[in-house]
Amino acid sequence: MKRIEAKHLLGLENISTQDIETIIDVGFTFREVLERPVKKVPALNGKNIVNLFFENSTRTKISFELAEKRLSADVTNFSASSSSVKKGESLRDTIQNIHVMKMDCVVMRHPIPGSCLQLSNYVDVPIVNAGDGTHEHPTQALLDMMSIKEKFGKIKGLNIGIVGDILHSRVALSNIFGLIKLGANVKLCAPPHLLQRHIEDYGVSITYDVDELIDWADAVNVLRIQRERMGVGLIPSIREYRKFFGITSERLSRHKKEIVIMHPGPINRGVEIDSQVADGDQAIILDQVLNGVAVRMSVLYLLLGSNDFD
Amino acid sequence: MSKIKSILLNELEMSKMLTRLSHEIIESHNEISSLAIVGIRTRGEIFARKIVDSIEKISGHKVDFGILDVTFYRDDFSQNLGSPKIGPSDVNFNVNDKNIVLVDDVLYTGRTIRAAMDELFSFGRASSIKLGVLIDRGHRELPIKADFVGKNFPTSNNEHVHVLVNEIDGKDEVRLVEY
Repeated sequence: MKRIEAKHLLGLENISTQDIETIIDVGFTFREVLERPVKKVPALNGKNIVNLFFENSTRTKISFELAEKRLSADVTNFSASSSSVKKGESLRDTIQNIHVMKMDCVVMRHPIPGSCLQLSNYVDVPIVNAGDGTHEHPTQALLDMMSIKEKFGKIKGLNIGIVGDILHSRVALSNIFGLIKLGANVKLCAPPHLLQRHIEDYGVSITYDVDELIDWADAVNVLRIQRERMGVGLIPSIREYRKFFGITSERLSRHKKEIVIMHPGPINRGVEIDSQVADGDQAIILDQVLNGVAVRMSVLYLLLGSNDFD
Repeated sequence: MSKIKSILLNELEMSKMLTRLSHEIIESHNEISSLAIVGIRTRGEIFARKIVDSIEKISGHKVDFGILDVTFYRDDFSQNLGSPKIGPSDVNFNVNDKNIVLVDDVLYTGRTIRAAMDELFSFGRASSIKLGVLIDRGHRELPIKADFVGKNFPTSNNEHVHVLVNEIDGKDEVRLVEY
C-alpha cells in the first residue's frame, strides 16, 4: 500500500498535490507525538539515514537529526568541512561509497542546484533535498505551508506574500511551487534585480511596493537577506533595504489589517525584519521551527514506508 | 471477492454486550476515579466512547477517555500493511498511576494490542493495563489475552470479522466474511 507516489523529495515542482497534502496531514499527526512526555516512536526502527551537509546549516540539520531520532532511525552525520571532499573526492564517489555501506535514506544539502536530482541517478534509496543551492528547499516550504494551515485552517484561497531576495532563495521557489499547487494566491515583493525574469509564468504576481503587499496579504513570509550569496552592489546599503523592504513595526502599524508574519530563519534583526515584529504576536516563527521537525518526520516516514526499493 | 457468511451480532446484541462489558469493568475496578478507557482507532475508539458513557451513567463518576493511533508503532510497517489513514492519538489525561482499559473491536493476532501498549508507555507509566474487546476471533501470534470479552468467535484464517458501526458505516452489525 503506497501512501505517497513520490520516491524522493527532490523539490515541490515535480511532486503531486495529493502527496503534498498527505505529507502535511501526517505532519500534524507527528505534531501530536511531539507534545507527549516521550517524543519518540519506533516507526523507522533499524533504518539508517545519512545526513550529507556540503553547506553550513544549523536549524535544518538539527531539525532533520531530531526528526530521524524521534522516528528511532539510526543517524549518520557527514559534513563537508571534515571529510574527504576537502581532499578532492567527487560528489559521485562520496555518494557511492556511502551507498555501498547500505544506507536506507540520504538527506542532502549541497550548494549546487540540481545536485539532489543528480544524486538520484547513483543511488536507489529515497533522497531528501535539504536545500540545493538556489534551487529548492522543499521541507522548508512544507513546514511553512503546515504552519499556514495550522494558523488559518486552510491554504486554498489565502493570499500569501513573499518578500526579500527571491532570486537567491530556494525557500521562495519551493514555497511558490507548493502554495500554487495547494491553491493559494502568491505575490512576490523584491527589488527588481533580485527577482527572476518571467517568474510570473509560475502563476505568481509581483509588486515592488511592500506596503501594497501587506495590504493584500493574509500572511507574509519574510526572507533573509543572504549576504553570503550576494556579490557586491546588489543592495546599496542595509539601511536602504530596510527603508524600502524591511518589515518594521512602524510599517505594520500603518495597516489596519493584522497579518501573520513568517520567517525561515536565521533572522537578521533590524534588516529584513524588526525585533518587535519577530517577537510579536503576529509572528509564527517559532511555530514554524516546531512544525519543521514534525513535517520532516512525516517526509521520512512516508518515503521510507511507501516505497519498495528492494 | 468477499462474501458475507453470517451476521454474528445485530444492533441490540451489540448494545447489550457493551452494557455488560461496562458492568464488568466497573466490577473489577474498586476506584472508578483512577480508571481510564483508551480506544484504539478507529472502531475501538467508538466502542470505548460508548463504554465511557455507560460507565459514567452507571457509576455517576467521570471517567478519563483517550484515543490511540498505533500506526507508528506497528511491526508490519516494512510490509506496508499499516492503515492508509493516519490520525493523531489523543490522550489528554495524566497516564501515570491510572488503571487503563484498552478497548478494540476485534482481537486477532494481538499485534495491534502490543503496539498500543508500547505507545501508551510513551505517555507515562500506567498503574495497570487491561484489555477489553468486542470480539475475540482467536489466532493469537503473541502472548496476549483479553480481560473483558464481548463474545468469542472461533474463526478460520480465510475468514474476516467485519465490525460495522453506525458512526462510520451507517449501522451497527458484526459480520463474518469469507475471502
